[in-house]
Amino acid sequence: MGIDRRKFLKAVAAAGGAGLVGKSKLARGVEHFTGYPDRLGVLTDLTRCVGCRTCEAACNEVNKLPPPKIPFDDQSVFEKTRRTSERAYTVVNRYPNPKPGGPPIYVKHQCRHCDEPACASACLVAAFTKTPEGAVSYNEGVCVGCRYCMTACPFYVPAYEYNDPFSPEIKKCTMCYDTRISKGGIPACVEACPMEAMTFGKRSDLIRVARKRILEHPDKYTDHIYGENEVGGTSWLYISGVPFEKLGFATDLGTKPYPELTRGFLSMVPGVLVIWPALLGGFYMFTQHRELMDEEEEEIIEEKEN
Amino acid sequence: MAEYAERRPAIQSWVRERIFLGLSIKEYLRGLIKPFNIVAAIIILIGLPFVVMRFTQGLGAVTHASQDQPWGLFLGWGLFTGVPLAATGYIMASAVYLFGLKDYHSLVRPAVLTGFIGYLFAVIFLLFDLGRPWRLPYPMTVSFGTTSVLFLVGWHVALYLSTQFVEFCPAVFEWIGSDRFRRWALGVTIGATIFGVILSTLHQSALGALFLLAPGKLHPLWYSEYIPVFFFISSIFAGLSMAIAESTVSRRALRGRTDRMDPVRAANFDRLTIGLGRAAALVLLTYFCLKWVGVAHGNHWDLLNTSWGHWFLAEVFGFVLAPCFLFAYGVRNRSARLIRFTAFFTILGVAVNRLTVSMIALNWKLPHREFFHFRELILVITIITVEILVYRWIVNRLPVHREHPDYGGAH
Repeated sequence: MGIDRRKFLKAVAAAGGAGLVGKSKLARGVEHFTGYPDRLGVLTDLTRCVGCRTCEAACNEVNKLPPPKIPFDDQSVFEKTRRTSERAYTVVNRYPNPKPGGPPIYVKHQCRHCDEPACASACLVAAFTKTPEGAVSYNEGVCVGCRYCMTACPFYVPAYEYNDPFSPEIKKCTMCYDTRISKGGIPACVEACPMEAMTFGKRSDLIRVARKRILEHPDKYTDHIYGENEVGGTSWLYISGVPFEKLGFATDLGTKPYPELTRGFLSMVPGVLVIWPALLGGFYMFTQHRELMDEEEEEIIEEKEN
Repeated sequence: MAEYAERRPAIQSWVRERIFLGLSIKEYLRGLIKPFNIVAAIIILIGLPFVVMRFTQGLGAVTHASQDQPWGLFLGWGLFTGVPLAATGYIMASAVYLFGLKDYHSLVRPAVLTGFIGYLFAVIFLLFDLGRPWRLPYPMTVSFGTTSVLFLVGWHVALYLSTQFVEFCPAVFEWIGSDRFRRWALGVTIGATIFGVILSTLHQSALGALFLLAPGKLHPLWYSEYIPVFFFISSIFAGLSMAIAESTVSRRALRGRTDRMDPVRAANFDRLTIGLGRAAALVLLTYFCLKWVGVAHGNHWDLLNTSWGHWFLAEVFGFVLAPCFLFAYGVRNRSARLIRFTAFFTILGVAVNRLTVSMIALNWKLPHREFFHFRELILVITIITVEILVYRWIVNRLPVHREHPDYGGAH
């Protein structure tokens, strides 16, 4: 082998040095985030929603989205369960009431604006930010278009502009962050709702409001604020008259914030970067020394033969 | 001018020897008309319009463009299957250079080349799949998503691609005929190999760790805290099997071409194949046991007797334990033939696993599922065809399966 010790040590030092760079970069990702104290949110009271889709129309208008295939006053849209798309940041779905004879239940669906968003922890260019105001905002200026946020989102919210070849973006509810909240306004859908099914405010206040409603009307509500603890808490909260699992809500998501799911793996990275060079370098040293010993043995045998 | 005129024949012969295999351009072009090339050309001609479509009309024109399942075949095959199969580079380089298994030396260069081409094409698949492929360098230059497992994958694939290029450089410089650069490239072999193993350990497992963020979406039989370990361990037998498969295919393709494949090496492949099969059997057994540790850890025994459970059992017994036994049986009976068959079978098993995790068992709860568009499949086949052509082009010219006459026995 044409490799001497100095060259080898240099190579190992280079590998180790690269390791240290990687370590400092990744270590930042495993800090704990406890949430902004004054973050805002929306409480959706499903007992009040009548499925008029005024919120959808308001969202469409404020975000300048293309007109829907089925008009906003057409009830036939409820025949299918819909999800959010690049053309609709919020959708209302209808579910049959599990109580016999009860009216159908309408569920408004949009980005939940998680306290510790899966999309933000998934994004390799940090295009998502949880703003201090509570909205999860997206920066299309850095987005590469890998769509890992869509795979990561437990609520199936982010949608992609697949048919745009040159500047495709992720599209989702912004909580009207740029258009209204940052100017002191409230989200368009909340303002438009004729039934006051949605309340906008500080998340901590909303939880109090929700508790109070449940406490005062135990017969009307199930004792569950969806989003209070799910995936570590979301800014968009729901209360309902029927159990959430009957309304298309995922109830097996747990209360662990999603960034914690990969924290263990990411914290293993620096370990590998440090241990592997030592271990593999060690094996290499063994191997090299064995060759030396073999050569020595051969010399001894040759000497004896002579 | 006069000097140039003198040098011109030298340049011409240099190009002729190295690019056109010592033939005149006319002879070379005529030689290209062979069934294999014709089939490849037809595939590429069919695929080209779809390439244009992809880059002018967007991803939606060639993929199922699902909002629920954003990853299709480009990633399911190109990245999640392609990368473990390309593990052969780090497996063989570390076996020979770090663990001193010198007998396998003849397999290192083909393995490093397979790895390099594998990663290169994983990146090419990525360029097809990314919404804005020209922003590929963004995670390294513009914006750092340090909390992301994909950030780690991106960095590591880029670094490892470069590392593998460095590892393959001695062959390139032997081909060009630059002794000085060749010595320099050989000098960093050990460092590059160690660095390569570190990067591979991390990004092979990171590809699995990507799915840690999908607990509600990936079926519990595949979702496991151990998924990074599963992906890493399976990359080992994937790499070993690829080394066997590569030598098998190359030996067949280069039969009688002693100028491109050293006949002594070719004759020795059977012995090495048995050794690789032996190692693969052990790693497969480890993986088989680990898969059950995963089931036990999640306490998902009750799910085994569901249709998803049957698929899981088919995968674990049919594509893990069965090849493990076949390898072991082949070793016991010294049947290189059986081991070669099992290597291809194991590769299929790795593909089944990766496609299951990244596409089939992902979003298993959704009532309506689409996997991929037929145009996406055509594009995948086209890209694989180009990949094979590139590999063949290099093996036919560079000293991969032979010693370069000027440097015989130098390493």
